[in-house]
Amino acid sequence: MTLQSFLFYLLAVISVGSALLMVTRRNPVIAALYLILNFFALGGLYLTLHAQFIAFIQILVYAGAIMVLFLFVIMLLNLGDVKQLTERVSYKKIIAAGLSFALLMEMLYIFVYAPSDLPTSRFEQAATIGTVEYIGKQLYTTFLFPFEVASVLLLAAIVGAVILAKRRLN
Amino acid sequence: MIVIRLEDLLYSAPLLVLTSSGLLALIAEAAGRDKPVISYYTSLIGVITSLILTFLNLGAGVPVFNNMILQGGYAAYCNLIFLSSALLSIVLSRSYLERMQYHRGEFYVLIVFATAGMMLMAAALDLTIVFLGIELMSICLYVLAGFMRKKELANEAALKYFLLGAFATGFLLYGIALIYGTSGTTNLVVISRSFAQLSGNSLFLIGCGMLIVAFSFKIAAVPFHMWAPDVYEGAPTTVTAFMSTGAKAAAFATFVAVFVRVFDIPGTALSSVLALIAAASMIVGNVTAIAQNNVKRMLAYSSIAHTGYMLSGIAAGNAEGEQGILFYLVAYTFMNIGAFGIVSWVEQQEDRKLKFDDYAGFSARQPAVAVLMSVFMFSLAGIPPFAGFFGKYYVFLAAVKADMTWLAIIGVMTSLVSVYYYLRLVVLMYFCEGESDVAAKVPLAAISAVTLAAVLVILLGIYPSLLVDMTKGFFKI
Repeated sequence: MTLQSFLFYLLAVISVGSALLMVTRRNPVIAALYLILNFFALGGLYLTLHAQFIAFIQILVYAGAIMVLFLFVIMLLNLGDVKQLTERVSYKKIIAAGLSFALLMEMLYIFVYAPSDLPTSRFEQAATIGTVEYIGKQLYTTFLFPFEVASVLLLAAIVGAVILAKRRLN
Repeated sequence: MIVIRLEDLLYSAPLLVLTSSGLLALIAEAAGRDKPVISYYTSLIGVITSLILTFLNLGAGVPVFNNMILQGGYAAYCNLIFLSSALLSIVLSRSYLERMQYHRGEFYVLIVFATAGMMLMAAALDLTIVFLGIELMSICLYVLAGFMRKKELANEAALKYFLLGAFATGFLLYGIALIYGTSGTTNLVVISRSFAQLSGNSLFLIGCGMLIVAFSFKIAAVPFHMWAPDVYEGAPTTVTAFMSTGAKAAAFATFVAVFVRVFDIPGTALSSVLALIAAASMIVGNVTAIAQNNVKRMLAYSSIAHTGYMLSGIAAGNAEGEQGILFYLVAYTFMNIGAFGIVSWVEQQEDRKLKFDDYAGFSARQPAVAVLMSVFMFSLAGIPPFAGFFGKYYVFLAAVKADMTWLAIIGVMTSLVSVYYYLRLVVLMYFCEGESDVAAKVPLAAISAVTLAAVLVILLGIYPSLLVDMTKGFFKI
């Protein structure tokens, strides 16, 4: 077994395992922590696919920013009665289960009966365009104008957030 | 590799000047405390300068910044709409906000940034710019909708607009991702060259469908219109004026830029989808508007109906439709902003004086304002010789020429319905007894802004060719 496939299996086991643990936990904080672990494992998988930039963004944005938001919301909501959340059977659950089953069957069908229909891997191309260097170069040459526009967008968002959240206006 | 050429900066001067004035206003606001007037004048000067520069730039369109945006031509024409809308909104807002005790300098900064976003939307030659422009405009509008922070309706409006808008952004991004995935580029010019091959690809068509959903949300077309009445009602009236004119025109400008100039829709399945959305918007907008008692809500449903009229021009997809919708956008901008401007004069604190009955006997006390309001109402109803009539004439003519006579018939029938609720206001103003009056003395600047809008509505109604001839060369990339 090469190092690469060893890493793949290791990260795959971690991500599937943490995903399963996440949906089966009763305590929302622990579930959120397993989700972070899942994000890290996914980030590792992106790295093995030569997508450095996406790997870092995955960890920075998802495992960093979004998870902090999740945890804050969970703590602010102060979910005391966890049972109430978990023990309600509704039609939504049945529909969700049905849809998940259909998706699972589709995936199994494709992998078992028609693997040739899957898109071919563009591994070599990914290795050149997935690097931080390449993306940075593009961002400061071809996409310089959108990059500058994004700065105005962020400024507008900050100003807006301050206006709406400031305690006293005058 | 030269990243930015001097020409790029010169051609995009209107955009750069406007953005800089927004930044200056922001700095002025931070430095001089409690003097929103500085910010008011800075943004006003920025918008007027940008307007003048745009007039100088009306010639042929030139792609700049590595084919990211188009400046001049189509973009300049649309910029005139956005900048006039911003100008009138800024002028009307000052007295309105002072009266409502929410006069803050950031208000003008956000209007200016939103206008910059609109200019990017119309100029976009790349899907990344479409996305950034829409977001820049929308984020400013979310905040502006909730600018009166202590009002419950305003909070509801901002939150609703934000949540649904974020959802629409999701659709936009998924659509862009699918289009990028199938075509390998985000550049609209490159996509337009290979459109014939791509239009057979189902993933590409799903991407286009998602773009239609996102754009339909921004123009408030049925069935993506649910946010509009609540947001229009809850937002400050002058912001509603800005949203229903500038923001709608910008969304239409991208719609046309993407779906008419790049994706050749006539004859494809997308064309009939657009026709159905147009018909639904005309019917739902006009019929629901009848039942409204609040003037702002009535104008919101009327704006949904006008979305339907304009969409039939896009669905037809011929030269008449394209020129018609560009003419319609101008006419609609001036008549709607004028109507909202007068509503903002009558309105009092805590959402009082927004009902139809609050206009009873208005002509006795304010004869001049009543005449202006009647001009806007007649024009919105599409009665000649006002500009609204020719807007409808062009888009319905386009629908008939494109073998969509049924769409034109629905348009004319629903326009007849709309006459009822527009003229109801006129009848109340002239033929009913009442105590209605404007809330406070209206400053000269605001009066001249609304008068200017009325003059343009009449002028364009008499000489529609002034604009229509200008738009002829805009549809080739």
